[in-house]
Amino acid sequence: MWLYEKKLQYPVKVSKCDPRMAKLLLEQYGGADGELAAALRYLNQRYSIPDKVIGLLTDIGTEEFAHLEMIATMVYKLTKDATVEMMKEAGLSEMYAQHDRAVFYSNSSGVPFTTAYIQAKGDPLADLYEDIAAEEKARATYQWLIDLTDDVDLQDSLKFLREREIIHSLRFREAVEIIKADWNTKRVF
Amino acid sequence: MNDQVRVWYPFIGPNNPCPPIRVKTYVVPPNQYIQFQPLDLPQFTPQEALRYGTLWPALFSPYEPTRGSEGGESTS
Amino acid sequence: MSDKMNANANTNTKPIDDEYYKLLHELQAVDFVLLELALFLNTHPNDMKSIQQFNQGVEQRQKLAYQYELNYGPLLQYGHSYSRFPWQWIETPWPWQV
Repeated sequence: MWLYEKKLQYPVKVSKCDPRMAKLLLEQYGGADGELAAALRYLNQRYSIPDKVIGLLTDIGTEEFAHLEMIATMVYKLTKDATVEMMKEAGLSEMYAQHDRAVFYSNSSGVPFTTAYIQAKGDPLADLYEDIAAEEKARATYQWLIDLTDDVDLQDSLKFLREREIIHSLRFREAVEIIKADWNTKRVF
Repeated sequence: MNDQVRVWYPFIGPNNPCPPIRVKTYVVPPNQYIQFQPLDLPQFTPQEALRYGTLWPALFSPYEPTRGSEGGESTS
Repeated sequence: MSDKMNANANTNTKPIDDEYYKLLHELQAVDFVLLELALFLNTHPNDMKSIQQFNQGVEQRQKLAYQYELNYGPLLQYGHSYSRFPWQWIETPWPWQV
């Protein structure tokens, strides 16, 4: 069961109509290391990972959905009421032909989201290292996205999301330590 | 430039037509030096924590867009 | 059609103004600390001090969320928030709109 909360995790403000930037942000929406892939990856891994780590995967997976909503909000605000001419100039003609201004799960090149992005090896270490790599790749993507805009309000929200990847990466590495130590059986209370 | 930024100097070949970028950088966030977060790290206030994206200053990684001006010699 | 143009025309909630953003931001800050502590506690389950901080945050969160919902409508669905008449869930603006 999931509960939706009618608020963003972090404020999203954009200071100009900028469909070009919206197109680039799609990388974190429906891209290989995007928020949708992250959410689905972590929530799916829960069913085969040792019990000690399930809570972490649940909570980080859920937070990724909050990030997904932030990215959607950015794309929504950057393209809301953009003219067809502006969409064309932003390289969004193909997108517009199919989707109008609807937000669509694709990467910044327009490649539709695929579950092939989501690894599930069933081995706790393999899966957790996959997660750590995904977080570091997402952090890097956020850096390049911050480089690609001069909108300080947008940069502000992107910096928040970038920092979250760093925290998630640390938590997953702690999970690796927990798996290695087998605290379940060895911990003395 | 903050202390999480690492600098390296790539080889410049004679047959690369783009104006060379002589100095390249990447970021090493503080999580790379922490295997398991210790207890009782100093905390941000809630408002600060939200702004920085973490509760703990020791885990904060600043990032400022510098790549735009980092380009080859003619664009600096 | 006209009530569609003003999200607040048909509700008992206060308008979206500076006060709204201030309260929302306060709630986001407290909730963020709780989220950070939750992730931390998932890997540090025996840290009594953080559990105490978490529980204090829960109390603070409840007060703020109560205040927010009183002024600006429900945050949660499925019985976790009250509603006035008419059904408020569909009347108040959505997070990407404000």
